[in-house]
Amino acid sequence: MSEGVPLLKMENIGKEYFGNRVLADVSFSLMPGEILGLVGENGAGKSTLMNILFGMSVIEETGGYEGRIIIDGEEKIFKDPFDALEAGIGMVHQEFSLIPGFTATENILLNRESMKYNPLVEVFGDRFKTLDRTDMNNRAVKAIDTLGVTLAPDTLISEMPVGHKQFTEIAREIDRKKTKLLVLDEPTAVLAESEAQVLIEALKKLACQGIAIIFISHRLQEIIDLCDKLVVLRDGRVIQEAKTGETNVRQIASWMVGRQISGVADAAEEKERKFGEVILKTQNLWVDMPGETVRDVSIEVRQGEIFGLGGLAGQGKVGISNGIMGLYVSGGKVFVKGKEIKLNDPNSSLMEGMAFVSEDRRGVGLLLEEGIDWNITFTAMQVQEKYISHLLGGLVKWRDDKAVTKCTEDYIKALEIRCTGPKQRAVELSGGNQQKVCLAKAFAVAPEILFVSEPTRGIDVGAKKLVLDTLRRVNEETGTTIIMTSSELEELRSICDRVAIINEGRLSGILPAKSPAEEFGLLMLGHVVERSPDEISAERCR
Amino acid sequence: MKEKLQAFIENAGWPRIIIGLFLLSLFIAAPMVGVRLDASLSDTLVRVGMNGVLVLAMVPMVQSGCGLNFGLPLGIIAGLLGAVTSIQIGIEGSIGFLLAMVIAVPLAVVFGWMYGQLLNRVKGDEMMIATYVGFSSVALMCMAWLLLPYTSPTMIWGYGGSGLRTTISVEGFWFNALSKHLNIRIGEFFYLPIGMYIFFALMIFLVWGFFRTKTGTAVTAVGSNPEFARASGIDVDKMRTISVILSTVLGAVGILVYEQSFGFVQLYMGPFYMAFPAVAAILLGGASVNKASMVNVVVGTFLFQGILTMTPSVINSVMQTDMSEVIRIIVSNGMILYALTRKVMVKR
Repeated sequence: MSEGVPLLKMENIGKEYFGNRVLADVSFSLMPGEILGLVGENGAGKSTLMNILFGMSVIEETGGYEGRIIIDGEEKIFKDPFDALEAGIGMVHQEFSLIPGFTATENILLNRESMKYNPLVEVFGDRFKTLDRTDMNNRAVKAIDTLGVTLAPDTLISEMPVGHKQFTEIAREIDRKKTKLLVLDEPTAVLAESEAQVLIEALKKLACQGIAIIFISHRLQEIIDLCDKLVVLRDGRVIQEAKTGETNVRQIASWMVGRQISGVADAAEEKERKFGEVILKTQNLWVDMPGETVRDVSIEVRQGEIFGLGGLAGQGKVGISNGIMGLYVSGGKVFVKGKEIKLNDPNSSLMEGMAFVSEDRRGVGLLLEEGIDWNITFTAMQVQEKYISHLLGGLVKWRDDKAVTKCTEDYIKALEIRCTGPKQRAVELSGGNQQKVCLAKAFAVAPEILFVSEPTRGIDVGAKKLVLDTLRRVNEETGTTIIMTSSELEELRSICDRVAIINEGRLSGILPAKSPAEEFGLLMLGHVVERSPDEISAERCR
Repeated sequence: MKEKLQAFIENAGWPRIIIGLFLLSLFIAAPMVGVRLDASLSDTLVRVGMNGVLVLAMVPMVQSGCGLNFGLPLGIIAGLLGAVTSIQIGIEGSIGFLLAMVIAVPLAVVFGWMYGQLLNRVKGDEMMIATYVGFSSVALMCMAWLLLPYTSPTMIWGYGGSGLRTTISVEGFWFNALSKHLNIRIGEFFYLPIGMYIFFALMIFLVWGFFRTKTGTAVTAVGSNPEFARASGIDVDKMRTISVILSTVLGAVGILVYEQSFGFVQLYMGPFYMAFPAVAAILLGGASVNKASMVNVVVGTFLFQGILTMTPSVINSVMQTDMSEVIRIIVSNGMILYALTRKVMVKR
């Protein structure tokens, strides 16, 4: 790589969302023709960083960012994505932004079409120019050829396989004469392995032509194959910057997941934890939850255990608890205390003594328009007929508002829910307090097995600690078995006894929480084959 | 004092205060243009009693998230069937009225069940579908009224000897079956049917009580967040069906209350537009499309019927023309328009 002015330099980039820091002091630079791999867990700040680089309006709306972006030695401030395009940054998003009814050519050249003159232009201006189809075709073919793939330019997007859509998107960015830097956000996530291979080859060719590339992927092997160097983000900070030639998948994985919060984990270690019989068992469980499909999971959880379900987003960890609680169509077998339960029926799952704190707090977890009292007591009232007085010889099941208020006040006190009183509507509470209400709802049922899904998502650090402490306390005091799903591995490792990692809808492995972080990291990324650095560098720019 | 006033305004809502003040000004203006105040007030109150139960019929469906019951004509038809069957049997007085209800309610349950099944298939578009359920059921019954084998001479067409008439008098059967009890008469023009009010209050109590029970709570939760309810083991479709049945039954009972006071049974196109005034009234009372209370019902019915009684009579006297029907249509449809657009603002 030639020395000189870096194409892109990001200096001390930081970003806060509503007092929640998501990026801090991120700096790196990129030379022309260099490929940078950006890796990190979900929520590590990758997308935010790219949004800043691309001038997305969401950044501006939430208070801007800190630090400087320097392109070709000049500081740039992008007000919107158009500025970024102007500066030569092309972005290929995870979701395709293509028009399905248009051909590849039309999509590649959208709004930059070649024009032909006709006399009407004199009267009505440039908008009356007609399209020069031949030239457009040539340009599209040229852009596609640069990628080195075979793709008929007149195919409709709607009739293409996903791989070709991805190539069309990239070809669109290439056709922009100015494009100097291409950002690809998980381009291979939707591709089959062979397609991904073609894409990687194409990107290498592009890099050899002097276009710099930022490549985001969870598939670490691809990063090693493709990139010159990589930046690992964790909790909004750059944890490691390294040349891909000098590292390997295992090392990257351990950088990604980190090994902090040892203090909390140690505290749990002190006590010898005793568990009872197997209380919950699944056999070949599948759940059809959109975006979180579970394909085949068989696990056993013992009485009194805190069991973690981890894995990357979209791999199916969230689907498991939703499936067992009957919220999404599921199949296979689930046994509670050796007895098979009826699936696809939330009521029977609740009757078996299971309760669920949903990850979708506002969608499933709360009656936003009702008071805290209803939110907390509703499930217990309906399933177990608590807070009900029977009138007229049991004919009328009258709601006992006094008992409802009493119970609510107890939980408000116990969980330190900050509110004006039991009647305050749930929608008016902050995220952390809403989560406490959700927990109280589950506790009110006095469950034997408690499913908690993403309990700390979107809440501040203080509330996070309180939520986790409450879960631990309930587990210790009442022996409630807790099955916790979380995207944050550290959180799982700090509270759970065992953690199962789910990958592509299947159980990747179960490890004791004290296992080294890199073991988890490897499980999360599926089974990866290691290749030697020499082999890879030999392949570069061939 | 100022704070109290502000709290009151916030509680009541500006629309109700403005309309309330407008209504008050109409009552003040009435004597000046030669409209008798006591007669107007009595008219308003009678109309409130007549329409109250029909407005109440909106509440269960609103609470369960099925939206406003634009399919009210379906319940009304059940009520009408009860009414004509009771007249056919020919029992007079309160017993006849009771008989009409006894016949109407089971019919309403059956109709409501079918209506509920339909609405469960069109979640999200309930109000649109409900409107057409109402309209098409009226059209269907237009044929049925002609063909049903009723024979009572007070009800059938004079010339052909078969088929029911468009307007049937209940005089001699159960005219004022509720209103005649305990009524208060002051002077020549003021008349207050306490019996009808007691019945209205009873209905309100029953609906209020229903929403205090376990099932009622579940219905409300379904309306508030169906996903939450499902996660709590509630059969969402069943709760919705219950609410639709309840709304339909209240529609049937409501029309009987209306008829015994009005004095006539109106068939054929009679039920066609009955849903709109009821919808307008409850919205005016401060209900939204997914929350309604008993207070909304009472306040809304009073304001709406007050405006409906007073505006035409006062304006007619001022302008010396008869445009009561035009004003009535503008007011009631304007109210619906206002309330439905307001919903969009709340959702944002």
